[in-house]
Amino acid sequence: MEPVLLAKRHIENSTDINIAIGEGAYKALQKVLTAMSPPQVHKEVMDAVLRGRGGAGFPAGLKWKFLDKNPKRTRYLCCNADESEPGTFKDRVIMETDPHMLIEGMIIACYAIDAHAGYIFLRGEYANSFRILTKAIAQAREHGFLGDNVLGSGFNVNIHVHVGAGAYICGEELAMLESLGGARGWPRLKPPYAATRGLFYEPTVVNNVETLACVPHIVLRGADWFKGMGSENNYGPKLYCLSGHVNKPGVYELPMGTTLKQLIDQSGGGIPNGRKLKAVLPGGSSSAALTAEEVDVPMDFDSMSKAGSMLGSAGIIVMDDSTCMVNACWNVARFYAHESCGQCTPCREGTNWVARILGRIERGQGEPGDIDMALTICDNMLGQTICALADGAVFPIRSIIQKFRAEFERHVRDGACPFGAKRKWYSVLPE
Amino acid sequence: MKTVTLTIDGRKVTLAKGSTVLDAIRAAGVYVPTLCNDDDLKPYGACRLCIVQIEGMRGLPTSCTTPANDGMVVHTETEEIRRIRRIIIELAIANHPSDCLVCDKSQMCELLNVARYVGVSADSAQRMRRGTLDLPVDSSNPAFDFDPNKCILCGKCVRICDEITGTCAIDFAYRGTKTLVSTFGAGPLALSACRKCGECVERCPTGALMPKHVMLPQREVETICPYCGVGCSIFLGVRNGSIVRARASNKNGINQEGLCVKGRYGLDFVGHPDRLTHPLIRKEGVPRGVGKGDPAKAFREASWDEALDYVAQKLGGIRERNGADAIGIVSSAKCTNEENYVLQKFARAAIGTNNVDHCARLCHASTVSAALAAFGSGAMSNSISDIDHADVLFVIGSNTTECHPIIGRRIKRAVKFHGAKLIVGDPRSIELCDMAAVHLNHFPGTDVALLNAMMREIIRQNLHDKKFIAERCEDFEPFRKSLERYTLESVSQVTGVDEEKIRHAAELFGKAKRGIVLYGMGITQHTTGTDNVKAVANLLMLTGNLGRRGTGFAPLRGQNNVQGSCDMGALPNVFPGYQATENLQARAKFEQAWGRKLSARPGLTLTEMFQAAHDGRLKAMYVMGENPMLSEPDAEHAKEALAMLEFLAVQDVFLTQTAQMADVVLPAASFAEKDGTFTNTERRVQLVRKAIDPPGEARTDWEITASISARLGYPMNYNSSSEIMEEIAKLTPIYGGIHHDRLEKGGLQWPCKSRKERGASILHKDQFTRGRGKFHVVHDIPPAELPSRSYPFVLTTGRILEHWHTGSMSHRSRVLEALASESSVEINPADASELGIEQGDLVSISSRRGKVETKARKTRRVNPGQAFMAFHWWDAPANLLTNPALDPVAKIPEFKVSSVRAILAVLERAAEDNAFLTALAENPAGALNAYDLTPEHRAALASGDVEALEKWVGPLEDRLKTWLKLRLKREKISEG
Ligand SMILES: Cc1cc2nc3c(=O)[nH]c(=O)nc-3n(C[C@H](O)[C@H](O)[C@H](O)COP(=O)(O)O)c2cc1C
Ligand code: SF4
Ligand code: SF4
Ligand code: SF4
Ligand code: FES
Repeated sequence: MEPVLLAKRHIENSTDINIAIGEGAYKALQKVLTAMSPPQVHKEVMDAVLRGRGGAGFPAGLKWKFLDKNPKRTRYLCCNADESEPGTFKDRVIMETDPHMLIEGMIIACYAIDAHAGYIFLRGEYANSFRILTKAIAQAREHGFLGDNVLGSGFNVNIHVHVGAGAYICGEELAMLESLGGARGWPRLKPPYAATRGLFYEPTVVNNVETLACVPHIVLRGADWFKGMGSENNYGPKLYCLSGHVNKPGVYELPMGTTLKQLIDQSGGGIPNGRKLKAVLPGGSSSAALTAEEVDVPMDFDSMSKAGSMLGSAGIIVMDDSTCMVNACWNVARFYAHESCGQCTPCREGTNWVARILGRIERGQGEPGDIDMALTICDNMLGQTICALADGAVFPIRSIIQKFRAEFERHVRDGACPFGAKRKWYSVLPE
Repeated sequence: MKTVTLTIDGRKVTLAKGSTVLDAIRAAGVYVPTLCNDDDLKPYGACRLCIVQIEGMRGLPTSCTTPANDGMVVHTETEEIRRIRRIIIELAIANHPSDCLVCDKSQMCELLNVARYVGVSADSAQRMRRGTLDLPVDSSNPAFDFDPNKCILCGKCVRICDEITGTCAIDFAYRGTKTLVSTFGAGPLALSACRKCGECVERCPTGALMPKHVMLPQREVETICPYCGVGCSIFLGVRNGSIVRARASNKNGINQEGLCVKGRYGLDFVGHPDRLTHPLIRKEGVPRGVGKGDPAKAFREASWDEALDYVAQKLGGIRERNGADAIGIVSSAKCTNEENYVLQKFARAAIGTNNVDHCARLCHASTVSAALAAFGSGAMSNSISDIDHADVLFVIGSNTTECHPIIGRRIKRAVKFHGAKLIVGDPRSIELCDMAAVHLNHFPGTDVALLNAMMREIIRQNLHDKKFIAERCEDFEPFRKSLERYTLESVSQVTGVDEEKIRHAAELFGKAKRGIVLYGMGITQHTTGTDNVKAVANLLMLTGNLGRRGTGFAPLRGQNNVQGSCDMGALPNVFPGYQATENLQARAKFEQAWGRKLSARPGLTLTEMFQAAHDGRLKAMYVMGENPMLSEPDAEHAKEALAMLEFLAVQDVFLTQTAQMADVVLPAASFAEKDGTFTNTERRVQLVRKAIDPPGEARTDWEITASISARLGYPMNYNSSSEIMEEIAKLTPIYGGIHHDRLEKGGLQWPCKSRKERGASILHKDQFTRGRGKFHVVHDIPPAELPSRSYPFVLTTGRILEHWHTGSMSHRSRVLEALASESSVEINPADASELGIEQGDLVSISSRRGKVETKARKTRRVNPGQAFMAFHWWDAPANLLTNPALDPVAKIPEFKVSSVRAILAVLERAAEDNAFLTALAENPAGALNAYDLTPEHRAALASGDVEALEKWVGPLEDRLKTWLKLRLKREKISEG
């Protein structure tokens, strides 16, 4: 397919505004400001059924619609660029190769929802993205795309970049807004949702980088063009991140619904060293694992959910048959234990104890009841917390244990790891 | 009120709209376990224990966060819910110490209760193969400990510290399973912003936050805190005849959310070994005056009969020889209404003098005189809870968060959570300034100028309430004209406050829909105290902020019962209920009731009594529960006055500095040992109940007074304090409906004229007590003492959170004394460095009247050129320094402005007998010229060679040497 979101990836200096404009940047903005009313823009996005690329797949048009429109209140747009999900690195590619596409998308979104300030909450480690974005924003301002009276239209808008401090939880929408507002990045109780009580307690839309990047293309080429890709209710171009045991890891842009198998075999060039596929976490570390037998499934929101996993952030983590699934599971568990914000008892304690239990099994110190105990904790954590982080921990852990239970049992029985794994990726938590 | 009806486990309950599902469950009488929910806090939903099933809703929502909607069908416990709850608790306690048997909390531990309820067994507790946490316990502060190993991170303490107390001393640190409740920068609590109110300790569901010494009470008695005028209601926990705990009661609508550090941890003075247990009589031949060594040695124990006979005989004799007016009676704002009533009756009827007064003279006499003139009533016009309804709060001359902590909290909450705007007028940058919209840091003693300028600006901007002024007030025109000269520009110069700030404050208050002025002694304790209060009254009338909810005149009364003591007529010019002694009718009424001819002539005020004693006109004093030796201005003078008396009887709970001067000391019962009533700052008459017996032979104050009275031929036959209240009610219209039996449910606010009335939360509703509100013309008059070359600093005095008044109670509380055991003087860092004074240096502060030595505390809270001292300290009594100059009307002394100098104490001592050192300290360059020094000497001084100097003037203390070196260097003498 013709690249859309990655169209400027291989163009030299594509982050420079002049080059970007030469490649068509800000055309959509001009169209919007000269020929479209905010409701028209909104309708186009609505018609395109642009589903959120941040993980949940909630249609952006609907989200904008739910926004409190009370003219007395100040509305905000926040771009979620926290991208901290293991296995996910697509937003970074957008920001570093085509920042103007994101900026343009944000301006148009602000226009559509009657917001005059947009914030980009950027993952702290993305220092390069930060440099590129700040420069691009400055250039956009110089060109009159940002600031007061954008392109003489009378519309005012500004974009600010805020750098996170290294907490995965700040990718969760309400934690992000708390953090942006100057507070501790803890998820808030829902309801009220961001649409009525978001940033600075004002109505706010939070969208992912990739979601917003689609917006200029939709308004320029129309909803029908967008719907020409993918299948029913799952439209548009999609960025897939391939990592782990594949020959060609990286970000690939393909129509929504390309199968996981195709992605691994064709885009990724298959498994290296003639090894066999063992398992995949298809939608970032928070998605349920699929076995080698289950990968012939279209990578879109609905099909993935039907397959018992999720599209999530489309961070495909591939594991070959040399992988110890106990070790992998433990690794995932440690991540969540480390990143739990600590607010809800089930998540704070549950992620911690599951990680400890898995660690004991991996080190050969597991006891017969341990596997079931880990599963019980998972079952009782699921759905019982303020935010979805705990669910994100349960999906991969529970599915790996269930699908590879024999491996866990062998660890317990033998009192050792059959893979002789000596890998210790990181050790932040007590073992 | 709108209601909703829900079905809880098949039972219907109806409750107010806006409740949560948890409220509904509780209303249905069903228990669901909770750990993070607290009715006074916002919903939090973190422990996830209170999950329920609600038909038609997905998943298992937490009932504490789910709004109760009409028609909801709720199931509080299913198999699944039970399982999930058990697992949550198992997880939560997997690392928890299991030493419940020896944990102080165990009886009251909510975690333990919940664990029992959800059915955690020994097996399941061990399932996860617990690790042991071994985090250090923070035991840095004297009130309570924090053991993070027992913390389950319910977040109550963090939220309480924010939502209830507004202090925000603690928050969560780190994340995930390493999350910890921590102070800013993870330092010890003792050094943090924590004010040790213990509110978090009270509500922690586990043993993580625990008082240092825990003893469970056998029973609890509901009574009133004896410290400040807020009048918090408390439950005293009693065990084996002593007080072991205090916790807040919630009946009076004042302190439903808690207590301050004094109310919670400061009541152990009651059981202090220093309590007086027997009457004492001065030993033959031992002169009066505070001698060296144990002050008790000057006395011998006596029987009650002997002591009472002695007092009666002395007072009777003096009355015979010198007349009744040679006797002065000092009543007490710490004693009950009934006791004040009995004492003033004793003065008037038994002795025959109006010489009765109490410490209100020293705190709010000017409020009473000014507000009587302006409104017709000297009391707070509205209630404490009105703070919640105001949109602008103007706090002037009140360090509310330290002096009236529970009101301070309300102000903070109003600003933080109700969007109220705060204006602070105070020379010091007090805690409230942090959240103020404007801080007017005017020079001490320029309040009238400041308020006049604000009012001029309000009128200029046409923000005054013309309707209110026209319909309800009088004398507006002359007042309006009098403001002319108070332009922003000129007042800015007088007060040192930026014009812009004054304008901003004027605009804020002028535009307020509902504004309150809260003030304290920063307004009243001036030679212009009456004028200051009149200016406050003018401001409120000008803006129409009286007579409605959320508005009002709010003098914050200092002592627990200072309002009541005034109400009871412990004042030289009025009978109970402010009925003037000069009023024929009133006098006739009391003469009839008391069966004695009464004097019309107003008696001496407290301050005048001391003058009269000094002049020899006053021969005897009978002091009940006050310590004027430390609370009078110019304390040295007060001491001399006491020493000159022919006879002094003091009735108190401790051998105070005043009692040490006495001829007879009568041991009194403390607040916890008697029944009666206190009237708080919002006019609320509340029941004080006896919790324990007095120590030894101590008796209640009214019993003692009555016994003396009987011996003087005027028996007062009361059987109980409620009987006394019956008499008060009969004679005092504003207390006409006050009877002990009516006060059980949180007290009544006077005026309450009959049994039918329910008290008044707002005064001056349709008209002022005096009819029309009266505007007074008041002009700026400078304080009696202004800084001079020899006394360059302006000293203001006041209180600190942890101590109380002259400290006879608070210094005897283990916790309070440990929290603040050392006196200090606050000076600005710029001044300190000018004087070469470092943090913690012992400095000597002197005024024209006296001198104290105390530790320097450098802080930007005070402006340059100003200094602040609390007057609680026995080793450094600030009132040795203060100026006894009086307000001409109210006779209140100017405690808030006196001129002092500060000097490093070692320097002062060394300089005392060395003129050269003095000269060198004052003016090094001058000294070098004035003295005929050898070149060798000059060189040594110029090079800062203090050791050489020592050879000539003798050995110098180390601190003095470093000081001199710095001084010589600063003067650049040592460089040349
Ligand atoms: C624990 C957690 C972490 C998340 N991290 C991210 C993230 O890094 N980037 C992101 O776009 N969305 C993240 N999300 C999803 C956001 O909450 C939110 O749904 C998303 O930003 C909405 O944007 P979209 O509708 O455009 O997808 C996270 C959610 C959870 C629960
Ligand atoms: S689920 Fe975990 S990360 Fe989310 S709010 Fe609760 S404790 Fe924090
Ligand atoms: S210290 Fe107590 S109140 Fe505070 S979070 Fe821990 S358990 Fe809760
Ligand atoms: S605020 Fe006053 S009355 Fe209340 S507890 Fe503290 S000292 Fe006692
Ligand atoms: S009480 Fe409801 S979640 Fe803790």
